[in-house]
Amino acid sequence: MTIMKNALGNTPGVLLASGLTLNDHRNAIMERTAKTGFYNGHETLEFKDKDPIGYERIFSKVRAGLVNSREVAKKIAASPIVEQEGELCFTLYNPAGDCVATSTGIIIHVGTMGAAIKYMIQNDWESNPGIADGDMFTNNDCQVGNVHPCDIATIVPIFYDGLLRGWVGGMTHVIDTGAVGPGSMSNGQIQRFGDGIQISCRKTGINDTPLRDYLHESQRNIRTTKYWILDEKTRIAGCHMIRKMLTEVIEEEGVEAVEKFMYEVIEDGRRGLVKRIKAMCVPGTVKTVAFVDVPYSHPDVHVPSTFAKMDSIMHAPCEITVKANGTWRLDFEGCSRWGWHTYNTNPTAFTSGIWVMMTQSLVPTERINDGPRYATEFRCPAGTWTNPKDRRTAHADAWHFLVSSWSSLWRGISRTYFARGYLEEVNAGNSNPCNWLQGGGVNQDGEVHAVNSFETAACGTRACAMKDGLNHAAAIWNPEGDMGDIEIWELAEPLLYMGRRIKTNTGGYGKYRGGLGYETLRMVWNSADWTMFFMGNGYMNSDWGLMGGYPSATGYRFEAHNTGLKERIAEGKSLPLGQDRDPSLCEYEKHLGPDAIVKRDKQCITTEDMFDNGDLYLNYLRGGPGFGDPLDREIADIQEDLNQNFLMEEFAVKIYGAVFTKDEEGVYTMDAAKTRARQAEIRKERIGRGVPVREWMETERAKIIDKDASLAVQQMFASSFYLSAKFLAEFKEFWDLPADWELPEEELGTPMYGARHNIDIGDLPDVHPVIMVEE
Amino acid sequence: MSTYTKKQVSDLVKGTLDWDTVHLMLSMPKDEARYKLYMEVLQENVSYDDKILLAVGPHLNIVESSKDQEIIIKCDCGHEFGHYSKNWKLNALIYVRDNVEKMKEVYPELMAPDTNWQVYREYYCPSCGIMHDVEAPTPWYPVMHDIQPDLKTFFEWLDMPAPAKI
Repeated sequence: MTIMKNALGNTPGVLLASGLTLNDHRNAIMERTAKTGFYNGHETLEFKDKDPIGYERIFSKVRAGLVNSREVAKKIAASPIVEQEGELCFTLYNPAGDCVATSTGIIIHVGTMGAAIKYMIQNDWESNPGIADGDMFTNNDCQVGNVHPCDIATIVPIFYDGLLRGWVGGMTHVIDTGAVGPGSMSNGQIQRFGDGIQISCRKTGINDTPLRDYLHESQRNIRTTKYWILDEKTRIAGCHMIRKMLTEVIEEEGVEAVEKFMYEVIEDGRRGLVKRIKAMCVPGTVKTVAFVDVPYSHPDVHVPSTFAKMDSIMHAPCEITVKANGTWRLDFEGCSRWGWHTYNTNPTAFTSGIWVMMTQSLVPTERINDGPRYATEFRCPAGTWTNPKDRRTAHADAWHFLVSSWSSLWRGISRTYFARGYLEEVNAGNSNPCNWLQGGGVNQDGEVHAVNSFETAACGTRACAMKDGLNHAAAIWNPEGDMGDIEIWELAEPLLYMGRRIKTNTGGYGKYRGGLGYETLRMVWNSADWTMFFMGNGYMNSDWGLMGGYPSATGYRFEAHNTGLKERIAEGKSLPLGQDRDPSLCEYEKHLGPDAIVKRDKQCITTEDMFDNGDLYLNYLRGGPGFGDPLDREIADIQEDLNQNFLMEEFAVKIYGAVFTKDEEGVYTMDAAKTRARQAEIRKERIGRGVPVREWMETERAKIIDKDASLAVQQMFASSFYLSAKFLAEFKEFWDLPADWELPEEELGTPMYGARHNIDIGDLPDVHPVIMVEE
Repeated sequence: MSTYTKKQVSDLVKGTLDWDTVHLMLSMPKDEARYKLYMEVLQENVSYDDKILLAVGPHLNIVESSKDQEIIIKCDCGHEFGHYSKNWKLNALIYVRDNVEKMKEVYPELMAPDTNWQVYREYYCPSCGIMHDVEAPTPWYPVMHDIQPDLKTFFEWLDMPAPAKI
């Protein structure tokens, strides 16, 4: 269908003083940027140079207005995800859809909401459905650029004197989107068509009033309606506060100054990144890689189609090139294919998330805007999980792959910080923050309900090159890490807390250890019908550790059914209340009834399964990776780890060479001299058991020639080889493989549905996707 | 621009720097003198005379050899891993944790990877046994060549004379 211009009475080309359409306006900016290398051709920062105080005054007002609006608006939400964890943000854009400034919060959405605005511009929303003062648009479509459908964006155009002066976007992470699996980051569905409600930049409000058809339709399609509506009000209130703020700034500072600011500040941001790269990094190339498991062949993973029933591995190699001019390029050549699960992403989400990371080291200022993107080249090859180019893909838990892949970028860029002495910025990689406790049913209030416990917002963080990681403290995607209050979670979920404790031995060992995760044991209580599932890494680790540090501990699953706990409570018997300190000791099982059915294994991804009142679910939140050889750890720190229950005795001995005594009260005292002597022995033992790498390569090469590896490993390589001749060539060269060696996916016997035939969203008539990366 | 003393940089390397100063280092613009002070501190921590140019790890540096001015990678103990443009790991010792028993030496049961999916590769110095790196890839994965610095540009950025043989 071809959209007839002006059929609705909208006139394109009247929103800007220039008379250009929004699309022509944006294209002109892109041309000036490409031609000069400076955003919008701003070779000089005329306004900033001429009136630096005025420039800073506008920035301060805008930034303060954004932060204030977020803080006020989030009090409207009832969802603990928004109100407790701060999963929202508000961002101001110029008329071309480039970010000017943003609030605190989940700032990945600087990019995702900008992509939605650019999509509306590029697809001529100006003509149909029209863009007018008082309009509201809603987007959560991952094919437009969203991360996952649960991130709902409200976008409001800002007019002054009848002309479009900018846009404001507000984002909240809702509890449920009506996907096949309940909870905001669910699995079970394997395609977009089961991934929950999808709203594609739809006009959902006129004259500052939400349209009734949208409100009815959206509530009918999701489970947690009251949270949905209050989140809607949160976003609208924040956007309208910011619109009012910008109007006031225009009146105070003048429309010309504000308009100049809204473009110059982006070039200012671009220059800021270049300056920072030159100040902190080392030019050259860094290569890094990350993986995470997708164990779908297990019987507890129920999916609707046979072709999804396979084990696979996400493969994310990255070559980071820091260029002589201070810009940089991130090339993801060699990534594995997208898949029939909910962990796919798109280039906007992938690259926007990288900014979340970099704001925590490379650009740690309040001046977050689209500028740094213009100093960065991203390459996300088509067909990989970073850029599927297939409109069927599901994205509900895109984070499973995103955070796993980014763990390696932290390591990579940290090598350059370390090289020139900025040890305080080094990050050993961060964890894949999980488990995601999710589920739904009929809750303690008799309502249709769904949950996603955001206790994940406080996992253990990575070690630095001069200090340990923080325990149960943060997650990469939300700079305001918080595990939330037990009392609030118990109001939101029919799950009582049987315990919430630090998780011993979860921080990666090292000279500086990773932060420890924690664990909460939940008992289903007072629900009518209830389901839950697990979502995290188990067979694999996403992080590695850095420069001799170990990765953090991997995940495992514990759930128990038919526990007999109701009877044990009535009889006053012991209950599973504390830690699952050493999972091999099965401590919880000692406090369950004789007929309990326990699942204790490495299967950390499951799909929706029934839980009765009295059943148990262990939510284990992961630790972070370590830095440096553990034998370099200070003796006093090892002692502290033992006395704080951060480290089991067995591993203090094996990893750190610790020699200690323990008194009758359980207090450990290290013997420093004996420990250092034992560490010297361990170094000798390493030399004894180690083999020269080139010698080991011969044995590994033989395994490759014999195709001796698990099916999941082989499938990962086969999918990357198919998508990247370069990766295959480098692999064969490294292992010195015969010229005719190959590993086609066809010979593995794994399902290949979707592997060779793809249909991009851009193949739809009259749909023009916004592409901002090299493909 | 912030400035720090050599003692402060030395304490940073030792991990004993006070938190107030660390916080300053994190929150203020980076100090241009850091590289010079850092190299001086690292140089004092090793017994060899070769000039340290960049740090690759807590005990591993890129140095300009005092013998022939070649740029090589060198362990604190003096062990040489070869030219800086090559992957030092290929000249290290390796120990691969590729079965359940080997993994149980580092993590409790259920808290280590399944070695059908992922292995740990530990890289040791052949002379002193320091563990310079741990990789956690799938089986078959090529050894990672982590960093290949462009030293010529780096010294241009620093506005310092570059070593002769880069």
